[in-house]
Amino acid sequence: MSYCKQEGKDCIIFVTKEDHEAPSNAELIADDPNDPYEDQGLILPSGEINWNCPCLGGMASGPCGTQFKEAFSCFHYSNEEVKGSECIDNFRGMQECMQKYPELYPQEDENEGVAMGGADGATPAPAEDSTPADSTAPAPAEDSSPAPVASSDSTLSPPTPESAPSSDNTPPTDSQPAS
Amino acid sequence: QTSAWENDPMFSMIKIDFSEEKKFCFPLYSRMEHAWGLPLTAEPATVAPAEVPAPTPVEFPSHAPYLLIGGGTASFAAARSIRARDPGARVLIITDEPDLPYMRPPLSKELWFSDDPSVVDTLRFKQWNGKERSIYFQPPSFYVSPQDLEKVENGGVAVLTGKKVVHMDVRGNKVTLSDNTEISYDKCLIATGGVPRNLQVIERAGEEVTKRTTLFRKVEDFKALDKVSRDTKSITIIGGGFLGSELACALGRRSADSDLEVIQMFPEKGNMGKVLPEYLSNWTTAKVKSEGVTVITEALVKAVSYKDGKVEIKLKDGRVVKTDHVVAAVGLEPSVELAKSAGLEVDSDFGGFRVNAELQARSNIWVAGDAACFYDIRLGRRRVEHHDHAVVSGRLAGENMTGANKPYWHQSMFWSDLGPDVGYEAIGIVDSSLPTVGVFAKATAKDTPKAATEKSGTGIRSESETEGTASSPVASSTPEPPPVPEQKDNYGKGVIFYLRDKVVVGIILWNVFNRMPVARKIIKDGEEHADLNEVAKLFNIHED
Repeated sequence: MSYCKQEGKDCIIFVTKEDHEAPSNAELIADDPNDPYEDQGLILPSGEINWNCPCLGGMASGPCGTQFKEAFSCFHYSNEEVKGSECIDNFRGMQECMQKYPELYPQEDENEGVAMGGADGATPAPAEDSTPADSTAPAPAEDSSPAPVASSDSTLSPPTPESAPSSDNTPPTDSQPAS
Repeated sequence: QTSAWENDPMFSMIKIDFSEEKKFCFPLYSRMEHAWGLPLTAEPATVAPAEVPAPTPVEFPSHAPYLLIGGGTASFAAARSIRARDPGARVLIITDEPDLPYMRPPLSKELWFSDDPSVVDTLRFKQWNGKERSIYFQPPSFYVSPQDLEKVENGGVAVLTGKKVVHMDVRGNKVTLSDNTEISYDKCLIATGGVPRNLQVIERAGEEVTKRTTLFRKVEDFKALDKVSRDTKSITIIGGGFLGSELACALGRRSADSDLEVIQMFPEKGNMGKVLPEYLSNWTTAKVKSEGVTVITEALVKAVSYKDGKVEIKLKDGRVVKTDHVVAAVGLEPSVELAKSAGLEVDSDFGGFRVNAELQARSNIWVAGDAACFYDIRLGRRRVEHHDHAVVSGRLAGENMTGANKPYWHQSMFWSDLGPDVGYEAIGIVDSSLPTVGVFAKATAKDTPKAATEKSGTGIRSESETEGTASSPVASSTPEPPPVPEQKDNYGKGVIFYLRDKVVVGIILWNVFNRMPVARKIIKDGEEHADLNEVAKLFNIHED
């Protein structure tokens, strides 16, 4: 890089937007989605639920972790026509447990949704481990990056229709079992 | 993967918000984290009952399937990982601190910028997204009491506070506490962290000096320093690294509303001199100064004494600084006292317990966090003292304690904020002795330094769009054209690569956010790149 300004061992380059317009020719190695070393998203390649996914926050580990796992497992594996319809009791058990710990699973009255958050407040979101939309960003992002929550075009999980706006991190609301 | 059930009405009851991928980051730290919105006081000790603490010992379990020594970030991360993977796991955390597990970064950043006068008691701070949260990972109700741990139906996490593990019997799989209690375990994690180092000249300077010296690490240190900052006229911070610089900026900002003098001194030529290449360290130092700090560089402390009501610091070059209070931020000594009784290896290069790539020291014993000197497959043996590393390594240790056998692979990151113009995130080996290549966005008339946000408590740095100044056509009557920053001096934003044998081993994202996954990928690949400017393009540094 002959155009870089050398200060001792350190090289400094200033670039304009135009300088960086052409796509990069830097080569990145293709990721193996089944790499066992990599952190996994919510669903493992085997189809099982990754209870240790950071996206679940503390839900699988808190005092109602067992009930949460039972309810969510039941739902996940349900093949009923109305998926999870056989899981009502599990969900009820989970809700009953969570009501005993209002500090950990606050009930919220807002209309926007019945988001159920984790004990430590993180409403879970999975790290999509399918090929991310932006090819430069490997999935999943599970770092504790303090970067601001980007708008929905951030490089990882695509927004779903039911997602709450990102600026509005609602604490968990109450869960209404479908009846 | 399967999004089929995401829109399912039944599923809505445990609606998982897919849009906010960042907030699932385990570490529960600040910018990404949800707040419970709950007042949380640190009072595990003041649990109620009328029985006054006569020396009745609390009963605790004689056996813990999972025993975690140390009650910090790594331990909490491990506890959560264990509970997620082993249904009904019973996890006992033993800490010599009085506090439940909490996160450390706000102690030198966000807590100082809070508008709330009772922040010292609430220990709550505003996150990036404006929501408040406590520094404690979980409120007391999350935890099971130690007495109940063995019996509670679905297991849980119990924290024994104010107890120190003083002896470890590896053969017998048990530990001994300072009060001679023994607790046996099946799997054990050592996450003892470290204690702040001190300068010998201070240790030897006598009580009048040492009682005016803060070694900053814990909640109690934050509370004490907060008080000092209100009661004294002059504070001197010794140390120019992360902690010293962050505290200097925090106190410097506070000094704007008071007549507090804030001095920072260190042996290097500039702030973060061991991390940033010289040109950037110099630039940062200027920024720290503009936060109201008197920065004394190339300062080697020769002697410290108490004289005429002041602490007097004599430097080797003859300069003398008189101050009311000293904060020593000169590094961390990893806590390895258990190595002897446990028969564990201590690393002579980096300090800490020596563990393998899977963080294992010996059968049934893992180490995570600041105290772990581990083998990083990509970057080599190292020891890392950052919050995210505590999270990543704690989590990994918890996985391996429950049978995963995975090596350290997901590279942790770290960050720092020093005033409104300096915010960076970094990953890998970021050592200023390495050759670096820095690619910066060229300043144009439109770029201005990012405005400090006035959002209460939040914005140490702004995420807003770069504010454009109107680039007015030059007219003879214009008093003065908008100043175009000298391009050689304006390191407003960019990316810096650290090279070892032509491979990028470290990256700093300088005032550029949300790109950490790209940086992580580059480190992971470990490839030689002929033109780092091409690599820099991947970061889109011109966009916000």
